[in-house]
Amino acid sequence: MSAPKRTLLALVAGSIATSLLAFAEPHFRSVADAASEPMTNPQALKPVSEFGNIKDQNDRAVALFQEAGRVIQSPRCMNCHPATERPTQTDKMLPHQPLVIRGEGGVGAAGGLVCSTCHRETNFDAAGVPGNPKWSLAPSEMAWQEKSLGQICVQIKDKQRNGGKDIAELVKHMAEDELVGWGWNPGAGRMPAPGTQKQFGELIKAWADAGAACPKS
Amino acid sequence: MAAFTLKINGQNHSVDVDPDTPLLWAIRDGAGLMGTKYGCGVAQCGACTVYLDGQTVRSCALPVSAVGKSEVITIEGLDSKEGKAVQTAWVALDVPQCGYCQSGQIMSAAALLGINPQPTDRDIDLAMNGNICRCATYVRIRAAIHGAAKSLEG
Repeated sequence: MSAPKRTLLALVAGSIATSLLAFAEPHFRSVADAASEPMTNPQALKPVSEFGNIKDQNDRAVALFQEAGRVIQSPRCMNCHPATERPTQTDKMLPHQPLVIRGEGGVGAAGGLVCSTCHRETNFDAAGVPGNPKWSLAPSEMAWQEKSLGQICVQIKDKQRNGGKDIAELVKHMAEDELVGWGWNPGAGRMPAPGTQKQFGELIKAWADAGAACPKS
Repeated sequence: MAAFTLKINGQNHSVDVDPDTPLLWAIRDGAGLMGTKYGCGVAQCGACTVYLDGQTVRSCALPVSAVGKSEVITIEGLDSKEGKAVQTAWVALDVPQCGYCQSGQIMSAAALLGINPQPTDRDIDLAMNGNICRCATYVRIRAAIHGAAKSLEG
């Protein structure tokens, strides 16, 4: 092939490649941006005031807990309350990669991969790794996955399975604990839990004040 | 940019980087220690494993601003008896193939033996499954860890 023909072919091939990249690049960019930007949950929580018209106290408590359950059953909370010894991750609640287990104290296997090998004091969005000073798995008796909201409700009131907390301590934990609060500050690329921790705490307090009845399922 | 003084392998290294720079790059580009490798950048492969105050961390997932006065040990500074035993076993069994992941593998293996001197296969799996080897030298890695553990007995 002559030199001019080779040059012409190279120019044509280059033009085609440039056109293809120009067509595909916006798609690639949107995928990358989604993983590196904070997300906002479009779902709000109903305020406690919206439950005031439910006259029956037990019915009101159940309704309040069902609303709070939208937080409890969000992936941000459920991922670290696994039914097995292995946590899950992402909104799809896939098995945690790499394989890690609860271990003693919920911080991973001693001598193995402890949580703090990767998860440090704060989220590190540059690497897509979430973090919190209290990062750990819930104990097995506090497993939420594979349970109905009603079962979770009964469980979290049970001092044998909630770390010995009475109702007041439970309300404080939900409303103020910083690891619970991470659910609304999960770092880039993760959908926060619905509403805010303040609203969640108010729902839990109102549920407790209404007698802390649990949904049947 | 900001100035940080990092204690790496017993020596102070001054680096001038963005506070969000992963420790990995401060080690490689700032301190010039190239034994710690970049693999995935998202704490999934373990190639960048170093010790921070004696504990394994993924240096790609740790901002340099979070290191503070903590002591960093990299593969170049691994001189514990477990580290030496692991490296001897690695050579004896000719563990590496391409070798890219091996500094991370050795850091994790030595850390395991420092905590658990006689690990079972499951202990090894739980400690090492975060260190990926694309050459699939896992059988040799496991054998070398058992060999290093045996060499440390008595």
